[in-house]
Amino acid sequence: MSTQLDLVPVKPTTAIVGADDSKRSGRSLWFRMLVNDRVAACAAAVLALVFLTALIGPMLMGHLATHIDLDNSNQAPFTLAHGWANVLGTDPLGRSMLARLIVACQTTLSVAIPAVVISAVVGSVVGMWAGYYRGWRETIAMRVADVIMSFPSLLLAVVVLYVFSPSAANIVLVLAITRIPVYLRTARAESAELSSRVFVDAARTFGASGGSIITRHVLPIVLPTLLTVATLDFCYVMLAESSLSFLGIGIQPPDVSWGLMVAQGRTYLHTAWWLSFFPGLAIVITTVSATILAAWARIATDPAQRWRLTVPQKRLSRFAKTTKALS
Amino acid sequence: MTAVAEHPPAERVDADPALRVEGLTVDIRTITGTVRAVDQVTFAAHRGETLALLGESGCGKSMTATAVVGLLEPVAEVTSGSARLADVDLLAVDRKKRRQMAGTELAIVFQDALTALNPLYTVGTQLAEPFRIHQGMKAKEAKRKAVELMARVGIPQPEERMNSYPHQFSGGMRQRLLIAMAVALNPRVLIADEPTTALDVTVQAQIMALLKSLRSEYDMAVVLITHDLALVAEEADRVAVMYAGSIVETGSVAEVFADPRHPYTKGLLNSVPVNAERGAHLKSIGGAPPDLHSIPKGCVYQARCPLASDVCRSTRPTLQPTGAKRKSACHFPEEVTNV
Amino acid sequence: MFSFVRRRMYTSALPLIIVLLGVFLLARLTGDPTNLYLPESATEAQRQAFAEKNGFDQPMLTQLFDYFKGVVHLDFGTSLRTGESASEMALRAFPATLQLAFTTMLLAIVGAVVIGCWAAYRPNSLADRFSSLLSMTAASIPDFWFAITGVWLFAVLLGVLPTSGVDSGVLSWILPIATLMIRPLGVLTQVVRGAMVSALSAPYVRLARSKGASDLRVVTHHALRNAAAPALTVAGDLAVGLINGAVVVEAIFGWPGIGKLMIDAILQRDFAVLQAAVLLTAVSIFVLNIFIDACYALLDARVREPARV
Repeated sequence: MSTQLDLVPVKPTTAIVGADDSKRSGRSLWFRMLVNDRVAACAAAVLALVFLTALIGPMLMGHLATHIDLDNSNQAPFTLAHGWANVLGTDPLGRSMLARLIVACQTTLSVAIPAVVISAVVGSVVGMWAGYYRGWRETIAMRVADVIMSFPSLLLAVVVLYVFSPSAANIVLVLAITRIPVYLRTARAESAELSSRVFVDAARTFGASGGSIITRHVLPIVLPTLLTVATLDFCYVMLAESSLSFLGIGIQPPDVSWGLMVAQGRTYLHTAWWLSFFPGLAIVITTVSATILAAWARIATDPAQRWRLTVPQKRLSRFAKTTKALS
Repeated sequence: MTAVAEHPPAERVDADPALRVEGLTVDIRTITGTVRAVDQVTFAAHRGETLALLGESGCGKSMTATAVVGLLEPVAEVTSGSARLADVDLLAVDRKKRRQMAGTELAIVFQDALTALNPLYTVGTQLAEPFRIHQGMKAKEAKRKAVELMARVGIPQPEERMNSYPHQFSGGMRQRLLIAMAVALNPRVLIADEPTTALDVTVQAQIMALLKSLRSEYDMAVVLITHDLALVAEEADRVAVMYAGSIVETGSVAEVFADPRHPYTKGLLNSVPVNAERGAHLKSIGGAPPDLHSIPKGCVYQARCPLASDVCRSTRPTLQPTGAKRKSACHFPEEVTNV
Repeated sequence: MFSFVRRRMYTSALPLIIVLLGVFLLARLTGDPTNLYLPESATEAQRQAFAEKNGFDQPMLTQLFDYFKGVVHLDFGTSLRTGESASEMALRAFPATLQLAFTTMLLAIVGAVVIGCWAAYRPNSLADRFSSLLSMTAASIPDFWFAITGVWLFAVLLGVLPTSGVDSGVLSWILPIATLMIRPLGVLTQVVRGAMVSALSAPYVRLARSKGASDLRVVTHHALRNAAAPALTVAGDLAVGLINGAVVVEAIFGWPGIGKLMIDAILQRDFAVLQAAVLLTAVSIFVLNIFIDACYALLDARVREPARV
């Protein structure tokens, strides 16, 4: 007679809907959730196009952006009479609007993306650290965040511009620093809430160090929120760079960014409306797509809300007509 | 095995039940198709009596309760069945009528008292709410009633604690508050969804004693949802055993626990470790509950049943009487005693 | 409650001092204002006189000391440009911005609450998705572009609104407020909607409905208060952004507010005015943050009275 207990293997109950799709999970699940939401899929496609343009556009059309052709100055858009490159019109120097928009795309993104990455990494790491340990670390981190937030970002930008040589790198730095508090506060709040949870205590009891707990337990849970914040922040940074360039303290000529183009077109508002309109439109399209994608990501990364993306859209809206949030 | 307590005689079983659920079916829409979480569930609860819905986690007992009360999640839908209370079919009636009956005729006590209470309002405000909604009472009078309620369920110093917030109470106290809110308007039927699962044993006994005294004071029908066999044995008069969304056996607790007529019930009772000897194997039911996405044709229990045979695999058994006031959904109820 | 506010004021004091210090240093880092205010042909003696008059010839530490002394007395010196008291200029310009910001936030909050609650009440309906799309677009529009397009459309093309200035009464408020309001409205609507959707699926809502509460009561009494917290955070950030970012709107519409004052001071290296303006802005931001924290405490008892079991 053995003295071993017969341990019945415990299988998770089937009450968890769809829990057995281990094969279906992973990338295909994400893809399906994206495709299911037509609007988000559209937005993702637009963003992909924008990134692609920023990457290879200037290689193809960059020369046209600097090709001055005074005979063709200020031509109206939507006509192929002046060549397909000028389908969106030309600026006072006869340069193709389309080409300039493409080159500006690269500049704008090459400022926005590094700024977001830097501020996200720095802010999140410090925030998680502060939130996990609490105490004086938390107080200091929060007060630093307060200081940064109350600093007019303009002042910082101008100072940097005047003190060091004006360049895209400096703008990236300035924007990154001013956005750190956003990640810091989000990461800290989530980390603080998690640090009091039982599973963290459990990890501590078997000797896990703070750093490893943060990396292995806190980070995976906080990451979805941070990614969503980062996507929204990308919009903000783009708009901020555009504003700075518009005010004349951002990207300097002969470099071109969308914000700068809007500023340059302002004096021609009565005669050549497209000079300001198209760059602004480009900004709107990019930021709206990023915002939509962020909203989708917020639902997709929340296991409790994910079902909204798994039920076929048609049935969801049919269902929503007959019942409301409070049925 | 804990001794089965004496229960009041079953005279009232014949009388009109306070709540009669018939053929209740709930489907859930999932990414991979529709899943039937509750399948043709039928039971009846009478006033002055406790009916237990007994089953393991995930068997659909909570969803049955939520469906009856009308608070299903949007993904779940009642596809057939009725729930009659006071000559009204709760599942067919319009929202306004159902809202009128919520709290006045039918009440529910949830499992997790901390999240069930609104953290931003005082308990006094929340306890006064039923009175203000249904009886249009003024704030002051409703608060007075709330204090009475708190005293009735055994919360010390109710006048002062009325202005406290839910997070300032202990678990047992919060559960009492939930119960107080539920019985505020003397409902006909009270559904208690795992009311003591999150509490320790001594508090558990107090809560159940409270429920019992409230039941007789208000002459309510209590539906107790639980997975705890001991609790059922001590507190319930009748029991309906659920498995994988279906009811497999019903009857009085005394009869069913003494002489089960469904292999699942028998298996459950056998697995309670009573007088276990050191070194002996603990009995358990082999296998696991079926995946609701692929419930086999025939009896839901066939994969784990020692009595399973061809008829079990082809035809689903319905609830058939196996005694004066008991039923079982099994093709071979008599042979269960030999298992 | 008051001890809570008091505590917050103390912890805010240090950052305020750091901001003051930072402004001092950074302002001076922008460069020597001498070349801006004196013609190129100015002699050495004239430059020396200019520096003496404004205290620029003193060692940095002395300047710093004078600066802080002045701050305590709320004296920031005189403007290099106009010769007026810097603090007076700042205080004169501040109310214009404050009016703008306050009205904008009020309208944005009211609009966001109404639209957000209504959208959350019917999630995923056509109306909800449409309003979500609209609010997302609104949150993404560059304010300067919106302003310019607005000016072009309403002032140049249609001629119904003034292009700039504050002289046309209510009409001159419309475009500036609309421009300033569009982003906060968009962002806040999304936040309110998201928070309300979460709140409406919370257990206490289920309980309230099991007690027979009407949908209206559930939304306004139970859910809204719980959804207020995340909305409050975002509203606070947006308000801070307004104070900071009204610069663009003031520049385009010629609104005589503190943002315009600041950027003029930056470009003209008018240290005194810059310091006064930044201090005023920083103080108001700190006050705003304390106010928001106080609102939190008022709203949620768990913040001011931790659990005693």
